[in-house]
Amino acid sequence: MAQANITSELIGNSFPHPDKWKWYHYFTFNIDHKVIGIQYLVSAFFFYLVGGAMALVMRAELATPSSDLVDPNFYNALLTNHGTIMIFLWIVPGAIGGFGNYLVPLMIGARDMAFPKLNALAFWLTVPAGLLIVGSFFFGGAQSGWTSYPPLSLITANTAQSMWILAIVFAGTSSILGALNFIITIWKMRVPSMGWNDMPLFCWAILATSLMALFSTPVLAAGLVLLLFDINFGTSFFRPENGGDVVMYQHLFWFYSHPAVYLMILPIFGIMSEVIPVHARKPIFGYKAIAYSSLTICIIGLFVWVHHMFTSGTPPWMRMFFTVSTLIVAVPTGVKIFSWVATLWGGKIRYTSAMLFAIGLLAMFVFGGLSGVTLGTAPVDIHVHDTYYVVAHFHYVLFGGSVFGIYAGLYHWFPKITGRMLNEPLGKVHFILTFIGTNLTFLPMHELGLKGMPRRVAMYDPQFQYINIICTIGAFVLGLSILPFLINAIWSWSNGPKASGNPWNAKTLEWTTDSPPMIENWDVLPVMTEGPYAYGEEPAEVSS
Amino acid sequence: MKQIPAPLWTLTIGVIVTLVSLWVGFNNDWLPEQASAQSVLVDNFFNVMVVIGTALFLVVEGTIVYCMVQFRRRKGDDADGLAIDGNLPLEAFWTAIPAVIVIGLGIYSVQIFQDMGGCAPGDQVHEHGTRLAHASAAPLGDLTAADGDEALLAQSVYGIGAPLDKEGQAADLEVNVAGMQYAWIFTYPNSGIVDGELHVPVNADVKLNISANDVIHSFWVPQFRLKQDAIPGKETELRFVATKPGTYPVVCAELCGGYHGAMRTQVIVHSPSEFNNWLEQRTAQAETGTAETVAINPADLTDADYLAPYGKAAGVESHLLAHLSD
Repeated sequence: MAQANITSELIGNSFPHPDKWKWYHYFTFNIDHKVIGIQYLVSAFFFYLVGGAMALVMRAELATPSSDLVDPNFYNALLTNHGTIMIFLWIVPGAIGGFGNYLVPLMIGARDMAFPKLNALAFWLTVPAGLLIVGSFFFGGAQSGWTSYPPLSLITANTAQSMWILAIVFAGTSSILGALNFIITIWKMRVPSMGWNDMPLFCWAILATSLMALFSTPVLAAGLVLLLFDINFGTSFFRPENGGDVVMYQHLFWFYSHPAVYLMILPIFGIMSEVIPVHARKPIFGYKAIAYSSLTICIIGLFVWVHHMFTSGTPPWMRMFFTVSTLIVAVPTGVKIFSWVATLWGGKIRYTSAMLFAIGLLAMFVFGGLSGVTLGTAPVDIHVHDTYYVVAHFHYVLFGGSVFGIYAGLYHWFPKITGRMLNEPLGKVHFILTFIGTNLTFLPMHELGLKGMPRRVAMYDPQFQYINIICTIGAFVLGLSILPFLINAIWSWSNGPKASGNPWNAKTLEWTTDSPPMIENWDVLPVMTEGPYAYGEEPAEVSS
Repeated sequence: MKQIPAPLWTLTIGVIVTLVSLWVGFNNDWLPEQASAQSVLVDNFFNVMVVIGTALFLVVEGTIVYCMVQFRRRKGDDADGLAIDGNLPLEAFWTAIPAVIVIGLGIYSVQIFQDMGGCAPGDQVHEHGTRLAHASAAPLGDLTAADGDEALLAQSVYGIGAPLDKEGQAADLEVNVAGMQYAWIFTYPNSGIVDGELHVPVNADVKLNISANDVIHSFWVPQFRLKQDAIPGKETELRFVATKPGTYPVVCAELCGGYHGAMRTQVIVHSPSEFNNWLEQRTAQAETGTAETVAINPADLTDADYLAPYGKAAGVESHLLAHLSD
């Protein structure tokens, strides 16, 4: 990748800053996108550990059929906040806020995001969100599930529930500000040599994600604010005894929260499209198909929300319409899967830890996608809705999918972010433990659900104990699997071998600068001389 | 290996994948026993999807594993792979095939859903593609304004209604089901029996009118493959034919509070004579006033529910009585 001079008007005005950030700058209102990216990633990972610890307590409780470890109300607080933390404080801020902020400007050859102060504000809005969630535990914790359906959410732990609502509104506002920033940045700030179809696929994924967040998040905020009013100010939007409509809440909630699933997986698809070509040493197969299928998923994904409500107060036409729209989402998703598999075909695959996690994701996401098709049809969903089958399905997609993708991204970009290489053998131990743990925990849950075990229960029919013990063992393997990663990341951050600017020999623009990049990314902005995935070809002539 | 032509390999793999998928689809033991007319429909549909899913799973995972072995980097080879960046016919193929599969599954699921009775909750009948409310005995043309309201109300019942061949026909037995933290209360409106367990005769067309007193619950019988939320302020129904005598669990499937997991009871499917015995025995008990009543704290009930039995005796709608107390 050659570099060339660009006229100074295009560079824009700089802001005063030291040559290098000190450690304490990472705890301040800093407007550097890379600092913000690291702030998001580290704080999200902290919450991942908190949410994971909650899951381990729940699995320990479920080792026996009776409720004998924690109080059942506390169990409900755990399941509510496990879901909330993993979605709103781990995957969304980690994948979009963390990787999105760190990588998008570097990938498109920009010195920062379009609105750096807004960007910093978006991060700092997630801080009160996290504090409110932690603080709510002093009031018993919200106990009505991450879905918080009224009337249960209206009559249970009112203070904690209100804090939970405010936390989600903060996180949602952060998400809206971030989305706006990404759209403008990707639209307006690409280096002049980068056309839409030269853009790395991660940027396409973030663009689609941001459009989706921008359309759907305000609806969730509206629903939650109405709920907050019902709890605290005597309104009756969702109070059936005063003529309120509880099903209306479900529509408002899922209009956002189904797209939220795509908010959690589209950026991961973007990470996949970056990691696989680099480590398979091949161009990505079907660039346009992958790029546009993100947009297709984003559009269709806005019209599938009622599949979460097939057993609720929904008329027949709605159940049928949303069955069909849900099934259609499988098509663009399948296109991506097939394209990644085709990218592997004929490559020279290097089994780095990043690649192992990417292939592990591919293997498990296929399974999660297939179980998703069965769930999307009303006749089967009526049987398995709100059972462990659903829990199994979405953990295959969100743990086997999103979390594996974040790990792939962490192994892939750790050298760029920290300037140090991670230890590969430890990374492989981490992968093997995580892969075994994931399947041991979540595969048996499919059978639990089909056979008749509902989700969100602290006590269950003793006939299910055997399978539950397998799941619990798997969960503790998963808990253990974090250790090699933590040791690796903490040790390597200061002591790992120094990374070169481009240790994987990759072609996207973030690898044309130092590791870690200087503040404002480049002395002289880069120019694209070849495609982002031009592997297996002779480099084109330098055009400038 | 080299002597065997590729099409032969493809054919062999195709046959094996097909056979394995069919075997998995129709010999898996993942679902509980079938005890309702609907369970057969749902299971057939599920198993068809398992066949298709298994085939896709084997093909895709097989390809991934093949790639991982065949296209691994060999020691000392630092070159790049093949510079293939797309293949339009292939991409069109793998867009079209899933599209055809999901459209097929979509049509199939509409058919199954209709056969299950999903298209006719609230006593609705199908007529030339449009659904009309079936308002009591009055022909639709003679509706007065008041009846019209009733017709509209009838339309806003959600759930699973009569299957196609029974549309518009009344069920053999109606039971009112009320969900509350953390119990189900079953009331038989014709005989006045109140019970904590559901008793139904085998092969009878049973209609449950489901309501909730406090928060949302969900009535689920895994062996019937049927589930319907009980929603405060909304009417829902579940119509089914139990096909196998026995005792099956009734499970609450919607988070309803701390003891949600303990909100379990059972449905007992009797032979017709057994059911009649049970009915007579319970009616006799009710008449002599020795009925073992389900323990309900009146404070847990809404006014309307508390007053319902009195309203029934007086022939007044319970919600009207509840208004009196406002």
